[in-house]
Amino acid sequence: MRTTKLAKLCFSIAAVLTIPEMSSAQQMESHIGKLNGHSDAGKQLFYRYCWGCHGFRGDGMGENWLPTGSFMEPYLNIQPRNFTAATFKCRSTPTGTLPTDEDLYNAIKRGFVLSNMPSWITLTAQNRADLIAFIKTFSARWKNEKSGDPINIPPEPKLTVESIKHGQELFQKLECWKCHGQEGRGDGPSASTLTDSNDQPIRPYNFSVGSRFKCGATNQDLYKIFMTGLDGTPMPSFADVIKPDDAWDLVHFLRTLQDAYKSPELALWVSTKEGAQQVAARKVSGTPTGSGFKQ
Amino acid sequence: MPTKIGYAAVLVVLAASAIAFAGPSGGSVSGKVTYEGTPAKQKPIDMSKEPSCAQQHPTPITTETVVVGPGNTLQNVVVYISAGGPDEASAPAQAVTITQKGCQYLPHVVPMVVNQELKVVNADQTSHNIHPLAKVNREWNKSQPPGTPPFSEKFDKPEFIPVKCNVHPWMHSTFAVLKTSHYAVTAETGSFTLPNLSPGKYTVKAWHESYGEQTQEVTITGSETKALSFVFKAKPY
Repeated sequence: MRTTKLAKLCFSIAAVLTIPEMSSAQQMESHIGKLNGHSDAGKQLFYRYCWGCHGFRGDGMGENWLPTGSFMEPYLNIQPRNFTAATFKCRSTPTGTLPTDEDLYNAIKRGFVLSNMPSWITLTAQNRADLIAFIKTFSARWKNEKSGDPINIPPEPKLTVESIKHGQELFQKLECWKCHGQEGRGDGPSASTLTDSNDQPIRPYNFSVGSRFKCGATNQDLYKIFMTGLDGTPMPSFADVIKPDDAWDLVHFLRTLQDAYKSPELALWVSTKEGAQQVAARKVSGTPTGSGFKQ
Repeated sequence: MPTKIGYAAVLVVLAASAIAFAGPSGGSVSGKVTYEGTPAKQKPIDMSKEPSCAQQHPTPITTETVVVGPGNTLQNVVVYISAGGPDEASAPAQAVTITQKGCQYLPHVVPMVVNQELKVVNADQTSHNIHPLAKVNREWNKSQPPGTPPFSEKFDKPEFIPVKCNVHPWMHSTFAVLKTSHYAVTAETGSFTLPNLSPGKYTVKAWHESYGEQTQEVTITGSETKALSFVFKAKPY
């Protein structure tokens, strides 16, 4: 009994001693508006709040995560981000580039809907900035590469029925439905085959479940999602294939797929005869599991 | 007089061909890639979810993880100089092209030099997304609906990058990004030639998407052709 306790004590001391050694190798900073984050401060926070999921080495292999196929089912159904790969879903920058510090800061602040990453709004802004600085020590990319230039987002044009209709045409033409399904419920013909870049199964976004998207809740956030792509997932960037005006039309249409959220777009859409018919014809209108897709 | 001109013309032709022959002198490495054992049987691909592609293949195409030829030859093996040769000072000016046709990547393995332009073409009536799962280079993922013009990309670090289309899960390719322009990809015959090697000691590697990589050393002393053969162990699964 005594020896076990002693062994545990020794282990904890060893662990504490190893932490500073690991990250003293490099120091990083983050800059978000007027905030300046420092990795030394961020390290203390990371090993208090984050490593249970993101892992001791920031590789997304924390004890709360066990890969699919291990003898126990994973406690988390979506693998925590692996910071050593420096591939991030939610960016304001083009596909294939590093996000800005602000993108990462916003991700911590917002959390990720439909995953186990909570909103860290309880931490101070300075805490969050420090964490971003520390997260950047896990990959040499942050030393060797610059963040991408944020994409240009023109002001949102006025919402019209024509805009929604054109968005719907684009939804067909760009074949968004192949994964997201004709009604945006994440049940398209390719949906069941999708895997992320770590070969873990991943499901396309189901628009009918709520108001929030993976990378935010505003129309601008939605615009960014398909114009930058969600790197590390099957969601590609459409920046090279659609014009900004068309992209806004698509945003307007996608909003009408959110049965559980009464957006101005949906309100306008159901006020037209065509829109009202389409919404009424949806399998089970207004419920999150309308197409029998298990959430 | 006419004969004189004719004589001169013949001389010129002879001289020109002599220069062409001497051209970039040096030795070469040549040989064959084969396998022993039983390779995995390739499965037919069901494209019924994508009719515009399915109708392009009256007989269904099969997966291409292992493609073999008569006499146990192995296709789609990248044979290249991994060490000994000079690194390329600049990427070749000509672009390499990958075409998506019939929901298939043509060619299946796309070798290129670091920073060489890669042109991506969609010849299909359906949307594809091109998703190189790079680890050393940056991972990116771009949609290419039908009728959109080709786009260009390049990779700045050597790496064998698996490529997939998430819409059509059977589509797989590999971008072989190399430091050298001395490379060859085996065809059905399994044979390869790496020409124009100046005297020196080289490391030659052969890479196959399912069977991994093999390495051999070779020394070129003059303008000889060194025979080299690679034998991969086939796995039945």
